Amino acid sequence: MPRGALSAVGIAAALSIALTSCSSSSGPAAGGDTPAKGLVVGVTSDPDTLFPWKATQFQAVNVLQNLYGTLTEFDKDLNVVPGLAESWETSKDGEKLTLKLRQGVTFADGSAFDSKDVKASLEKIMDEKTAAVARASLSSVKSVEAPDPSTVVLELTGPDAALPANLATVNMAMLSSDDTEQELTTTPNGTGPFTLSKRVASQSITLARNDTYWGPEKPKVPTVEFRVIPDESSIVSAMQSGNVQLAVFDDPLVAQTAEGGGTITVAKTPQLNYHVLQLNAGHGELKDVNVRLAIQCAIDRKQVLDTAALGEGEVTGPITAPAYKSDPAKRPCPTRDLAKAADYLAKAGKPGGVTVKTIVSQGEYATSVNEAQNLKAQLAEAKINLDLEVLESGAFVDRWVAADFDAAVALNGGRPDPDGSYGRYFTSDGNLNKVAGYSSPELDKLFAEGKAATDQAARKPIYDQVAAHLEDNAAWIWLFAGYTYTATTANVEGFVPMASGSLQYLRTTSVS
Amino acid sequence: MRRIAGNRAVRRVASTLGTLFGVAVFVFVMLRAIPGNQITAGLGTEAAALTPAQKQALEQYYGLDQPLVTQFFAWLGNMFTGNFGYSARSQQSVLDLTLHALPVTFELAMFSIVLALLIGVPLGMLSASKANAPRDAVGQVVSLAGLSIPAFLLATTLLSIFAASFGFNPNGQGFATLTEDPLLNLQQMFLPALVLGFGIAAPILRTTRTAVLEVRSLDFVRTARAKGVPERRLQVRHVLGNALVPIVTMTGLQFGYLLGGAVVVEQIFSVPGIGRQVLLGIQQKEYAVVQSTVLVIALAFVVVNLLTDALYRIIDPRVRAS
Repeated sequence: MPRGALSAVGIAAALSIALTSCSSSSGPAAGGDTPAKGLVVGVTSDPDTLFPWKATQFQAVNVLQNLYGTLTEFDKDLNVVPGLAESWETSKDGEKLTLKLRQGVTFADGSAFDSKDVKASLEKIMDEKTAAVARASLSSVKSVEAPDPSTVVLELTGPDAALPANLATVNMAMLSSDDTEQELTTTPNGTGPFTLSKRVASQSITLARNDTYWGPEKPKVPTVEFRVIPDESSIVSAMQSGNVQLAVFDDPLVAQTAEGGGTITVAKTPQLNYHVLQLNAGHGELKDVNVRLAIQCAIDRKQVLDTAALGEGEVTGPITAPAYKSDPAKRPCPTRDLAKAADYLAKAGKPGGVTVKTIVSQGEYATSVNEAQNLKAQLAEAKINLDLEVLESGAFVDRWVAADFDAAVALNGGRPDPDGSYGRYFTSDGNLNKVAGYSSPELDKLFAEGKAATDQAARKPIYDQVAAHLEDNAAWIWLFAGYTYTATTANVEGFVPMASGSLQYLRTTSVS
Repeated sequence: MRRIAGNRAVRRVASTLGTLFGVAVFVFVMLRAIPGNQITAGLGTEAAALTPAQKQALEQYYGLDQPLVTQFFAWLGNMFTGNFGYSARSQQSVLDLTLHALPVTFELAMFSIVLALLIGVPLGMLSASKANAPRDAVGQVVSLAGLSIPAFLLATTLLSIFAASFGFNPNGQGFATLTEDPLLNLQQMFLPALVLGFGIAAPILRTTRTAVLEVRSLDFVRTARAKGVPERRLQVRHVLGNALVPIVTMTGLQFGYLLGGAVVVEQIFSVPGIGRQVLLGIQQKEYAVVQSTVLVIALAFVVVNLLTDALYRIIDPRVRAS
């Protein structure tokens, strides 16, 4: 029997070698349904929804922004540029925004796009029953009128300079007025550069080039397949074997592994997202600004970056958007100063130290626990006890949503416009102010001024003041911004990585 | 006699149904005990920005506004009518998802068990052929390695070596079912099955070694040898044949576990099996997906156990006689 069994093992091994030799390392996908020169993008998860107004998951947003169009768009430098709206004009009093729509645009089903669709889309987003995630971005919109098929007029409650940027996110996608949410969750119908070709749940989603796309250039690849490979290391393996041509990573370790093989090029793009110790200024000891300032002074941000993220990133201030970027040196303690931290604690009447209950999400992003542990070690030297609670991501979200924490170690999403990033957290009527727990009349005024000023040059100093106010009051402790790593194989050209992590430039990408 | 057998069958069915109901209640309660729901799983921290009316609309959409008891019995009742629920994430019924995932997992489990038996049984017999000799040490080392090397480590290492050194990574291509592309499918199953099979081979090896050693010391073996039965026939027919019951028990148990899905290995090799289906369901808090799939897995486990019991009757005449 042993000899027989060993023979069987031998046969199995021979069979596997034979199968191996028959394999094509860069062959087409199962069933041969990926046409030549199609692009395969490796992703760790498939979209959790195909309805753009409710999509917050990174993978969903990346797929949907290739299927749907928005009134405005961001260019590669995150400037707001025309999208489905060819141009827009704000009235002198700032209370009216008139958009001129592009002509000849059609949806994937062939129907024409016009002002009726814009009016219906914006009104539905504003309707609470729709539960659209971008509803608050239209809070300044009183009404939407469509005087003719190519014109839309938004009546505003007051000037809103952030509105054009807010209209550029896929959560503001323009849908056909004839479509329903139910239909679109299975059959997307947008004006984007691609259309949905095929979806195999949990395995892949394939887009086909939209030949009627309105843009100056038609997409170069006939298809883009988002192939689900749940493990990032396995995506690297798939790229090494030529099965996947493009992937976006956020774990510096994985990026290093990918680059190490020599067959994959990795481009580093500074992220808009930033790593932050969010303080709930409405909670416990943190109500006292001096305790918050003590925390700010007791942290060497570079050490957190080096320890938790291999030094891959830059120490940052509050605003990461390139046009409004904050200077991280402009804060009460630009470098670690334990003596000053002790002074602040003494001022707070807590010379013996304080305890800060801190929630940390495990698994949400790669560096969270390492960051928390380094922060705890550093703050312990200033008699600040960071009482860490490492939570599963669902439990973290639950506690965060309920504002049930003193502090939270988080990777927060940055936006190209600072009003979109922080207005909702730090204005007294912001919809996330409950979580931040900090606002002031001065900040409310500054945010209002920022919205009223239409010129970017005029807005920059306003948001510098916002950043300074946030730092001076240690509303949060901004740590660093990491990189997005875009990995491509040698045969991929034309892809432009963006600070937002967006894959909108798949439309200019080609595969040789 | 027939009545006794009938009673036994009724008791068996009743205990099976009781077990399944217990599993259903347990999974339902545990899922609700996990913080968060489908809304927070989908929106993440953005859920904090929902107005009460938006939250209410979403709770209504996901059926979370119903009392828990109503939710439980509605789901259980639907299961009996073949309605396993609906996955909003996949836009497919859970039945459809399961009908796609279960054969994949079944195939992987079969492949793994075959490899495990091919590794475990011969090595176990080899070890037992001369206890405490060098050959036994080889078996012990292999079984120790199988037990102690984590599946994720072996899987990642094999994948990296094959992909980086040989450019061979069939799992990087889209998954092909056995009917779509048998050759590609077998390639895609080979490495995951090898990783799982190696891990399972260890207990099978140890069980085989112990059982064979025990049987070899029995009188009938000595008698058979004295009567001149050839050694090979003696080892296979007499020794292995009588040592099969514990090996089959161990194999059945392992097969049952495999039908529950090998989540880590399925993740690393992108195998769309039942384990991944449950994992995605838990991540997205898609209650119907998790509840229904776990119930199907529990049912599969029970069926495998019943089949294992039936197998005893074939391989052991004493069980038949009793």
